[in-house]
Amino acid sequence: MPLVLNEEQNMLKDAAKDFCGKSTPITELRKLRDDKDETGFSRDIWQQMVELGWAGITIPEDFGGLGFGYLGMGVVMEECGRTLTASPLMSTAVLGSSAILSGASDEQKAELLPALAGGELLTALALEETPHHSPYNISTTAEKSGDGYKLNGSKKFVLDGHVADQLVVVARSSGTAGDRDGLSLFLVAADSDGISTTRTIMADSRNAANIELSNVQAPATALLGAEGKGADVLDKVLDVGRIVLSAEMLGGLQEAFERTLEYLKVREQFGVPIGSFQALKHRAAEMFCEIELSKSVVLEALSALDEDSDEVPKLASLAKARLTDTYNLVSSEAIQMHGGIGMTDEHEIGFFMKRARVCEHSFGNAAYHRNRYGELEGY
Amino acid sequence: MAALDDFRKDTRAWLDENCPASMRTPMTEGETVSGGSKHRSPNPDSYVWLDRMAEKGWTVPAWPKEYGGGGLHTDEFVVLLEEMARIQARSPLEGMGVTMIGPTLLEYGSEEQKQRHLTKIVNGEIRWCQGYSEPGAGSDLAGLATKAEDKGDHFLVNGSKIWTSGAQFADWIFCLVRTEPQAPKHEGISFVLFSMDSPGISIKPIKLISGASPFCETFFDDVKAPKEDLVHKVNQGWTVAKRLLQHERSGLRALASAGASRTAATQTTTSLADVAKETIGMVDNHLANPVLRDSIIQYRMNANAFSLTQRRTVEESEAGSTPGAATSIFKFYGADLRKEQLELQLKARGTQSFGWEGDGFTAEELNLTRTWLASRAGSIAGGTNEVQLNILAKRVLGLPD
Amino acid sequence: MATLREFREETQAWLADNCPDSMRGSGTDAEAVAGGTSQTYENPGAKVWLDRMAEKGWTAPMWPSEYGGGGLSRDQFLILQDEMIRINARSPIGGMGFSMIGPTLLDYGTEEQKQRHLPKIVNGEIRWCQGYSEPGAGSDLASLATKAEDMGDHFLVNGQKIWTSGAQNADWIFTLVRTEPQAPKHEGISFVLIDMDQPGVKVNPIKLISGSSPFNETFFDDAIAKKEDLVGQLNRGWTVAKRLLQHERSSISGMSSGGRRGRYDNLRSLSQIARDYIGMDDGKLADLVLRDQIIGNTMTSKAFSLTQRRAAAENASGGTPTFATSMFKYYGSELGKDRLELQLKAMGTQSFGWEGDMFTSEERTLTRTWLRSKGSSIAGGTSEIQLNIIAKRVLGLPD
Ligand SMILES: Cc1cc2nc3c(=O)[nH]c(=O)nc-3n(C[C@H](O)[C@H](O)[C@H](O)COP(=O)(O)OP(=O)(O)OC[C@H]3O[C@@H](n4cnc5c(N)ncnc54)[C@H](O)[C@@H]3O)c2cc1C
Ligand SMILES: Cc1cc2nc3c(=O)[nH]c(=O)nc-3n(C[C@H](O)[C@H](O)[C@H](O)COP(=O)(O)OP(=O)(O)OC[C@H]3O[C@@H](n4cnc5c(N)ncnc54)[C@H](O)[C@@H]3O)c2cc1C
Repeated sequence: MPLVLNEEQNMLKDAAKDFCGKSTPITELRKLRDDKDETGFSRDIWQQMVELGWAGITIPEDFGGLGFGYLGMGVVMEECGRTLTASPLMSTAVLGSSAILSGASDEQKAELLPALAGGELLTALALEETPHHSPYNISTTAEKSGDGYKLNGSKKFVLDGHVADQLVVVARSSGTAGDRDGLSLFLVAADSDGISTTRTIMADSRNAANIELSNVQAPATALLGAEGKGADVLDKVLDVGRIVLSAEMLGGLQEAFERTLEYLKVREQFGVPIGSFQALKHRAAEMFCEIELSKSVVLEALSALDEDSDEVPKLASLAKARLTDTYNLVSSEAIQMHGGIGMTDEHEIGFFMKRARVCEHSFGNAAYHRNRYGELEGY
Repeated sequence: MAALDDFRKDTRAWLDENCPASMRTPMTEGETVSGGSKHRSPNPDSYVWLDRMAEKGWTVPAWPKEYGGGGLHTDEFVVLLEEMARIQARSPLEGMGVTMIGPTLLEYGSEEQKQRHLTKIVNGEIRWCQGYSEPGAGSDLAGLATKAEDKGDHFLVNGSKIWTSGAQFADWIFCLVRTEPQAPKHEGISFVLFSMDSPGISIKPIKLISGASPFCETFFDDVKAPKEDLVHKVNQGWTVAKRLLQHERSGLRALASAGASRTAATQTTTSLADVAKETIGMVDNHLANPVLRDSIIQYRMNANAFSLTQRRTVEESEAGSTPGAATSIFKFYGADLRKEQLELQLKARGTQSFGWEGDGFTAEELNLTRTWLASRAGSIAGGTNEVQLNILAKRVLGLPD
Repeated sequence: MATLREFREETQAWLADNCPDSMRGSGTDAEAVAGGTSQTYENPGAKVWLDRMAEKGWTAPMWPSEYGGGGLSRDQFLILQDEMIRINARSPIGGMGFSMIGPTLLDYGTEEQKQRHLPKIVNGEIRWCQGYSEPGAGSDLASLATKAEDMGDHFLVNGQKIWTSGAQNADWIFTLVRTEPQAPKHEGISFVLIDMDQPGVKVNPIKLISGSSPFNETFFDDAIAKKEDLVGQLNRGWTVAKRLLQHERSSISGMSSGGRRGRYDNLRSLSQIARDYIGMDDGKLADLVLRDQIIGNTMTSKAFSLTQRRAAAENASGGTPTFATSMFKYYGSELGKDRLELQLKAMGTQSFGWEGDMFTSEERTLTRTWLRSKGSSIAGGTSEIQLNIIAKRVLGLPD
């Protein structure tokens, strides 16, 4: 698989860099936070992203998307990661569209994909029920009721759950919590009767919500994929999420590293730049190595998605575990190497560490993915 | 031994009688007493407890009696701390007076300075802050530029300090100033004390990544520092400054309280294990996540080894005084342990660790987020970890520059 | 692309016909061939294999054919490697001729030097060793003191080298010598090639912690280096020396094989070993904490080899090591050391067999491999030196 970007992807990346640099620098995130913005991202910026085609990067052209694939999505997310851009790209253009692409019927696709690509529809994946990623550990129930189903349960840490129009709800139609079999996915309108949403304000100033489902009525047509076989779709969606999130993390950690490197060159103590102290130099060089390895796994994992390779699950775990460790390392070191100023709210470097730790816990932390990788390798 | 047993009996009885019930609960941030009148605990018991302890000199148990201290020997001090820990009594008084400037004045202050300043620290009347760091002088503290001109009976101070913790609540500041600009950088510094109410001082709070604003920029514009509050000799302030840093980095108090059988470190570790039991669950008497369990146990063992080392150090230092360069071990290792402890809490609590405000999180969870962020300062404030390692390499291991 | 496919088919067929059975499957270190007059072949297949490969130039597949090399493009080279790995073919020959002095001569040698030295490397006639380190010049290599006086048509060399790997079996030594003692230390060094078969060169073995004696002290006492064997210009040897170090580092890290072959590929995988020694429980290695570490190392190795591939892909011109070689040298040797430490943890006390029947030969090999692995972050420039280079050359941090 190619481990270098082609010209088209490079152009997309440059365009994304330009856009994020101009329209969504970190000052924007700070403003959303300080203004206690209700939406948590700018609808206006989102509209501009839609116009650039980003909402439909992974959606085939037939359905109104760009058909640029996951490498395309990855380079855009990487740039968004650099500027810590808050937007519904992950919840909608990544998780939502992959759920529909891999689980929906043809009619559903024809109806939903163009709306997603056109930015008319925001989605959210209502999965987690505990503070730890555990995708089969689902107690939310889907009982047959009339022609459809009745959903009951409570969901945590639903990305963009507070603004979504449609929720992809992971529920159990049979079996018990922990079973892979018996999960079903439902696409339900967020304003359905029985849904109540509480926005959670998080340290990284990004957006999530807790969602209660109480006797929510979902018609049979709301089912994504086959009843009881939801995990087949879910596993795919999660791997897409893990890999694209890793791309975002790659952007964030490179930005934090470059800013730190710059600081090491300009900050002087003892009459010399602090970057001349070997205690810092060696750590910077070690981080450089970890970052280079991180770039490779993200590229390989994104291309594997585009080629629909069997290696996707392993590479998703490889990417998510490695990027988690590296982002944590780099963002913590960034503060330490900035000294006192790194601890201040006014300086932007601290934002990266907050984001890194929330990313760590999204879609499985490093230990989760090492375990999964081992299982996939059969030991 | 018999005398010590008596002391323990008496102390236990006294504490039982005198420590108010609300002072036997875990400290909350707002109720910490650091002295002075600008920031008061909302709990009146805080002051009942302070006054009673101060009267016995037990806010600073090891200081000499003539300056209001408790005059205790190290082993008595440890007994007192053990007995306090037994009933989970709070520390009656914190702050830089007790931990930094007090011990430094005991060593370097004139008799008159001790008389004038120490008793007001003991009884919590005056709160102090530390004017060391400047924008251009952090790790390289001796590169400081705030200047003080000799005006006969006083110095005229001009310049600015940064990261001054608690400046907004302090009554007095101990401050490093440059009195001889021509001299080599370590030889032109003096150590002075002056009132924060002096004309010409202004402060500007700085907000931290945790959202709190515990520290300030402090500006001096023609501030008068009276000569009687020059500590030690003019241009020899660096010696005093370094000694104060050693008190800051280890604080005999911190060491001794860690030396007491129930230490702060093991208390928090217990709670880490408890947190994990609750959030991760147990299988067969083991935490359900074997990898996290291993990390938590590893942490706990290190924390135990650390507090044993603190205790060993207290027992080795006969005079009950702060050790020298080796304090850097405690500063360095302690900061890392604390950061590790909080990182493990995050791992145990998962996404519930990142609440910032509002619904969906308990007060404890919201508090944890901020505490975690604040813990990152441990390896920066009071001399960064890198600086501690440099000191250890040079002063303890004798490695060349 | 069609030609590449053809190349693959032809290569496959040729290898099937020509690679002796005894040369398939991993061999022990002792069986590795390095060529030269001291080389013996206990296994006759090894000699057959070497000669056949050398004839096609495939002992040095990417060197130009005029010097006996295979003249392959990078893509063809990678195919050859893939196909060899597929049938588990051993490398026919290795050594410093291939990984260090050969590529350096290609960059800096005169036409005459290339003609004279390269073909003898390709066919395994001459074995080389490296005369760089001295007792007083290790990490600070440029402070070397071995001196060479200009005697008209030759230099007279006097001094001592140390840690000279394989000197006891080598025919020639590439050596750094000081030709201008007055000049600043980097500007008085020359790079010369010395025939070791002369009275002025003496070799004295040093025993390692692993029990073997792969390296030596090398003494020069009025040894002769011919002027025609001065590589690069007089007093400009440092430039040549640094280049050679890049080749050395990329070979130590496995970079030169495009990430396809790691240093420890002849060992069984960590997870296989752990299965044997720790056992499985419910489909997982029974020690869950060690399992986490083993998986971590396996994943990092995967990320590392992807990075080697990425570097090769970015560097489509092929084969030219850059400053990033320091990264591969550093990371590769540390990763390898970690891997062996984990192997010890997995095998427990069976890891420490030194000799005798109580240990399998795999176990005894492991003991030695583990000990020797400690040298990988020292030889060819220590890990600390690699980090210094990355900080300075890649990250642009000030001195
Ligand atoms: C929460 C908090 C409270 C504080 N309270 C006070 C206070 O009350 N009063 C006060 O005076 N100050 C206070 N400080 C300031 C603190 O002492 C300084 O931040 C600290 O000394 C570091 O200085 P700096 O911030 O300028 O960082 P710098 O010195 O610029 O350091 C930046 C980085 O370079 C590294 N570095 C610098 N020199 C070397 C070297 N020689 N070798 C290796 N690495 C090196 C540092 O370790 C750090 O990683 C506080 C700081 C914090 C974070
Ligand atoms: C298995 C093996 C095979 C070898 N084969 C050969 C060979 O064939 N030919 C040959 O010429 N040499 C060979 N060497 C020698 C090797 O190149 C040297 O050992 C190496 O360059 C280190 O030099 P030194 O041993 O003198 O250690 P020193 O340079 O004395 O280093 C001691 C320690 O100090 C550290 N250090 C030194 N300078 C710095 C710095 N600036 N910053 C931070 N840390 C520093 C080092 O990293 C190391 O940890 C071999 C070595 C080994 C182990």
